[in-house]
Amino acid sequence: MKSHLLPEFFVERIEDRCDRCGVCVKQCPWGVFSWNGTEIMIDYTKCVGCQRCVIYCPNKALIVKPYEGSYRPNAYWTKEIISDIKKQAEQGGVILTGTGSDKPYRIYFDHILLNASQVTNPSIDPLREPMELRTFIGRKPDRLEIEDLDIRTEISPNLVIETPIMFAGMSYGAISYNAFLSLAMAAKEFGTKFCTGEGGLPRDMREEYGEVAIVQCASGRFGVDPEYLNCACAIEIKIGQGAKPGIGGHLPGEKVSAKISETRMIPEGTDALSPAPHHDIYSIEDLAMLIYALKEATNYEKPVFVKIAAVHNVASIASGIVRAGADAIVIDGFRGGTGASPKVMRDHVGIPIEMAIAVVDQRLREEGIRQKCSIIASGGIRCSADVVKAIALGADAVYIGTAALIAMGCTMCQKCYTGKCAWGICTQDEKLAKRLNPKVASKRLVNLLRGWSLEIKDMLGGMGINAIESLRGNREHLRGVGLESWELEILGIKGVGEGF
Amino acid sequence: MREACGIFGVMDRGGRRFGCEMVVNALKNMYVRGNGLGAGYAVYGLYKDYREYYCLHVLMENSDVKSVVDDFVNRNFDVVHDEEIPVNDEVKVVNPPIFWRYFVSPRYDLKDDYVVEKVMEINTKIDGAYVISSGKNMGVFKGTGFPWDIAEYFMIDEYKGYIWLGHSRFPTNTPGWWGGAHPFCILDWSVVHNGEISSYGTNKRYLEMFGYHCTLMTDTEVMAYIFDLLMRRHGLPIETVAKILAPPMWDQIDRMDEKMKRFYTVLRMTYAPLLVNGPWTVIVAHHGEMFGLTDRIRLRPLTAGEKGDLLFLSSEESAIRSVCNPDRVWTPHGGEPVVGRLKGRALKRVVK
Amino acid sequence: MLFDPHIDGVRKLEELFDRARFQGKRVEIDAKDLKHKELNDLMRECILRGAREIVLKNVCGQRYIASRLFFNKPVKVNISIYGTPGNDLGAFLSGHRIVVYGNAQDGVGNTMDDGEIVVHGRAGDVVAMCMRGGRIFVRDYVGYRCAIHMKGYVNKIPILVIGQTSQDFLCEYMAGGKVIVLGIGVERHRCNYVGTGMHGGEIYIGGKIESHQFGREVGIVEIEEDDWKFLEGIVREYCFYFGMEGKEDDILGKNFVKLIPVTKRPYGKVYAY
Repeated sequence: MKSHLLPEFFVERIEDRCDRCGVCVKQCPWGVFSWNGTEIMIDYTKCVGCQRCVIYCPNKALIVKPYEGSYRPNAYWTKEIISDIKKQAEQGGVILTGTGSDKPYRIYFDHILLNASQVTNPSIDPLREPMELRTFIGRKPDRLEIEDLDIRTEISPNLVIETPIMFAGMSYGAISYNAFLSLAMAAKEFGTKFCTGEGGLPRDMREEYGEVAIVQCASGRFGVDPEYLNCACAIEIKIGQGAKPGIGGHLPGEKVSAKISETRMIPEGTDALSPAPHHDIYSIEDLAMLIYALKEATNYEKPVFVKIAAVHNVASIASGIVRAGADAIVIDGFRGGTGASPKVMRDHVGIPIEMAIAVVDQRLREEGIRQKCSIIASGGIRCSADVVKAIALGADAVYIGTAALIAMGCTMCQKCYTGKCAWGICTQDEKLAKRLNPKVASKRLVNLLRGWSLEIKDMLGGMGINAIESLRGNREHLRGVGLESWELEILGIKGVGEGF
Repeated sequence: MREACGIFGVMDRGGRRFGCEMVVNALKNMYVRGNGLGAGYAVYGLYKDYREYYCLHVLMENSDVKSVVDDFVNRNFDVVHDEEIPVNDEVKVVNPPIFWRYFVSPRYDLKDDYVVEKVMEINTKIDGAYVISSGKNMGVFKGTGFPWDIAEYFMIDEYKGYIWLGHSRFPTNTPGWWGGAHPFCILDWSVVHNGEISSYGTNKRYLEMFGYHCTLMTDTEVMAYIFDLLMRRHGLPIETVAKILAPPMWDQIDRMDEKMKRFYTVLRMTYAPLLVNGPWTVIVAHHGEMFGLTDRIRLRPLTAGEKGDLLFLSSEESAIRSVCNPDRVWTPHGGEPVVGRLKGRALKRVVK
Repeated sequence: MLFDPHIDGVRKLEELFDRARFQGKRVEIDAKDLKHKELNDLMRECILRGAREIVLKNVCGQRYIASRLFFNKPVKVNISIYGTPGNDLGAFLSGHRIVVYGNAQDGVGNTMDDGEIVVHGRAGDVVAMCMRGGRIFVRDYVGYRCAIHMKGYVNKIPILVIGQTSQDFLCEYMAGGKVIVLGIGVERHRCNYVGTGMHGGEIYIGGKIESHQFGREVGIVEIEEDDWKFLEGIVREYCFYFGMEGKEDDILGKNFVKLIPVTKRPYGKVYAY
């Protein structure tokens, strides 16, 4: 069938700069460039806009830009809508995509402004004065019983992180071994944690990186063995993720290599399908059962997180999760990324993380159980200001996924599900994966954490706060701009111009 | 695994009345299925002296509303007797409301329908008052607390019945509301439920057309009304009703012979709004009958057991074994009811 | 205040230790009215004190039995259970052997890694979910969704043997391992959706079953010589465990079908790229 799809990108070559060196041919995994014996041919219809060739062209001779040709402009039947219909008419089936939703829903982070001290309360200079970001993730007791400095109260296991930023679950399988290793290395170096996602933790990494690994137990139970659970610093039960609430993980067969097959114990080349629900969890009480099964399996030594997608009833669900015994709850907003998701789920299901944090934090406080559980905000955290706003709305810490991938090289081309990632991140092709050097990639990640942490300290200092705990849930430092009153009410913040 | 709230039902099919020990102890065995935020019991055959009268158990959130309810009940019924439901104040429970029971006889002929109508009026129009049971010779006792606390609070060890239903709750939300505990009841239909009804919106709006109004802020309520509508008003047997709530899949229907195919097709077509979707198990009782039923792909557990005339329905086998040594236990298929019925003469003895 | 039934009110080990009666490496524990955490605390402590054979009496509904027995150095323990163990018996099991003299409930061998579970009775739903290794024998029947997403890799092949029959959704999403349903005393299997989404592993079913009871992703193949040998071994073992020696030929005498996945990518065609 002849394809009716328009190209997505256009590749322009500045001919007098190009010396036909052939780097572009080697670098592009999409087949855009090819030698015909004498000339490098360009088939821009195959281009996905990953910019790999542009960066690696030694002569800076290439420009990749969105294809300008379009249908008659139509605000309702957009180019994307028309293209999707044509694609499905040609192939049938569900349209797959990668990364988080790119749709222009309101970004609440961008409608919230932070406070700073002036006169009445001195701002603090973070470069010269103490400024603390250390954060504890886990259940806190309601009160302490103390006798002569002896703590009589039993204390639940908590994670300690030196900045309120951790790396979100991205599985070995969705991302390459090198990318996975880079996250582990960076987490260890910076004093934070990374989540394994649901593809297990390779045995050769357990001794060195188990202590910084939050190991995931998802519906497919891939790679979940007793040693895996016991070598980790925490366990995360993944119920859902922001990019595709209500459906299970999907690792396309293209990415199930021999090594992935081994860690997941499934046939090579099969689609690694995680069922939509955990088949041992059909209710909040079943969740309690799995939480305690995992606590039993690890001798009550590890905090157990529960990760859910931010959905309409998130506050009630979160309350149930806390009551079920979770030590931390991860809420993944609808901007959360993915290696493969049906586009329709990614773009139409879930709610923004800002709203979700606000209502969950509020609900847990109303019920007097906020201390029972840490809140980790996840899904579309783009910069240090987002971190600060999320924490002020009520989160204890954040997970970053997409931002970490971008730090390593990702350019958000959204083709993660093809397994052909030109940057060596989202692929199991050994040649492509080699492009990512864990030493360099982990350095980039550490740099990012350092940069953001410094910025967070700047913002805290401005507010006259020198310990991150004084920001947590401190909505007095937030003001909304351009929001309707119902939105302010749900966020629990005042509008700009209102004082304390 | 499918846990969820703990539910338990026990019936003597010979109609002999017995105390609450079995149901309370069974719920105790399943202590991990509840967290103290709701428990309750339904008992059949407990008001022998007033058995021909409807007994309204009314929850009242404060004493001011009591006079409004008194007035309403006296205007609409002949009240033969009324009293506060006795409770043990020494049991520690949180914010108990007032519970009153009225033994009444309706003023008009359409007895059952009339009672339903008036119950709905109280629930929707009198702020702070809810009728938690309204059948003859039966009653519901429920509230916020552990099953053993609620049992002690209402002193149910003083009651006897030939069917006992019990529920231990592990709510996702809305803790602490006495009306939100199970069983849910209309007339003598009572339901204990373990599950979440994803078709709630559809079911509820359909029932509203028939005069049922959901006021108790929990999805289980629709179950009680569905059984009242289909079994009492439409006169369908549980075996058919089970196939409305939990119908066979279309691919199974397509393989049936013509007669069955037409039966199930028409049933699904007509009662589509009453397909109860999502994970659920219910134990339902009314006079003369107790049955257990799960959703069609059995997303919640149900174990049945029997010993002589006793029939047990439970979330877990161990709960049955903790109170008796059964002759047999089994797990029914999804969507297939396990039914216990009073033997002929016994039925007359308790109900009429 | 928030009450957590799993841990609140759990008694300390010292208060309970007199329930464990040691005889050399054998220990007997009276589980009557113990909460599940109390029982598992006790079992773990007994093993740390050298027990290698544990006998549990009066078990009634306690969960996660033997789940907390992962130790840094490999230890194998034999556990006998009298009564009805609760849900998640042997979840994440790391190599121990459990024999239940009675029925088991839901979640037997959930994500079990290695070891053996033998049930002298029936078991509930989701038996052997995501099982990764080891073996489970259930004398009677099992409930819904058993062997769901069972796994397997090269030499690590989990095995589930069911004496009678199963309810719906057996072997859904199966990715590896072997499931054997012997069909003893079963006129016709009623389970539907067997092997839906199956993309690895093997299922053997003895007795009458129609092809519409299988998921679309399942293919029926001839039983070959090697399969019979395998089945004979399994049946011999089954009969040995459950005192049915001499019944082997009866059990094997009925018709068996073997099911394997038609493709290892059952859902590859569902997507548009």
